[in-house]
Amino acid sequence: MIYYIGSLLLIAVGLYAVLVKSNLIKIIIGLNFISSGVNLLIISVGYINNGTAPIFSRLGLNPNTMVDPIPQALTLTAIVIDASELALAVAFVVLLYRHYKTLDIKKIRSLKW
Amino acid sequence: MIRKVVYSIFLAIIVLSLVLFFAAFPFGKNKMTVGKYYIDHGVQQTGAANIVTSVVLDYRGFDTLGEVSVLFAAAAGVGVLLHMIGERRERKVKVPPNFVVRVGSRIVFPFILLFGVYIFVHGHLTPGGGFQGGSIIASGFLLLYLAYPNYKLKRGGLAAIEGLAGLTFVTLGLYGLLTPKVSFLYNFLPMGVFNTLVSAGILPIIYVAIGFKVASEFAGIIDDMICDVMCRGGEK
Repeated sequence: MIYYIGSLLLIAVGLYAVLVKSNLIKIIIGLNFISSGVNLLIISVGYINNGTAPIFSRLGLNPNTMVDPIPQALTLTAIVIDASELALAVAFVVLLYRHYKTLDIKKIRSLKW
Repeated sequence: MIRKVVYSIFLAIIVLSLVLFFAAFPFGKNKMTVGKYYIDHGVQQTGAANIVTSVVLDYRGFDTLGEVSVLFAAAAGVGVLLHMIGERRERKVKVPPNFVVRVGSRIVFPFILLFGVYIFVHGHLTPGGGFQGGSIIASGFLLLYLAYPNYKLKRGGLAAIEGLAGLTFVTLGLYGLLTPKVSFLYNFLPMGVFNTLVSAGILPIIYVAIGFKVASEFAGIIDDMICDVMCRGGEK
């Protein structure tokens, strides 16, 4: 249960940063918070009380108590994708800063709406 | 004004979907449907001790090929964005790395490489695999970049490793179409002895390929970013 609450908190903090903050770096950190929260949420959906990891590393492990392998497989790739897209976002910010000399989205006119 | 309305609608959708989600999936209960099948049959069908690996590389192998392409697209995007303007110069550092960092990184670097290789070679037996091992190896290269201001990876070599690794993955997948059981990424090699290093057919080979690919892509991203930020010493 603590995992659900923790992932909700992470998503809430990330959404706050994305929606309220005006510094582009803080927005990217918020996006990262959201993706961590979503990963934690997906993993904790697959959890079973007193479950073991879905790995038959030794004999005698009971397959009936193993946790769901699919959410783990999904987040495993998602973490790497998160990291690379974070790099892409930072590259965009570097270009924006070079062009506008500011990181404040309120001062970047073409981002206004 | 219109911004606030859009924000509220957006937040309402998120809160509503989360509430519905938590109502449908209580914590800690067994709610497996497909996962149960994988746990029960994964060992016989793929020969991998780690069921997560057999899901990533065998049952959802095509999906993983897509993920690797997303990773490639992101790495290529970073390279294109940061090299769009300006020429590259020598890297400049304000404070040169001190003696301890330089010698320590030289001692630690081979062990980081070894650990990364261990992680992705044992991907079908222990928690680990190509994605994690590749990231560890790339972090070793990041250490070298931080410790030696003149250090520079050869981008041609990185591109060759990356291309060969991707080609291995696709070729192994396409070879499955030539086997009697015509299917993409069909596990055509013998299973081997369960829970040993040489087992699970093509899965370890694919994970090694993914490990090389992830490592070279992340090292390329690190190279792009460090050089871009540090090579433009004159600009404010």
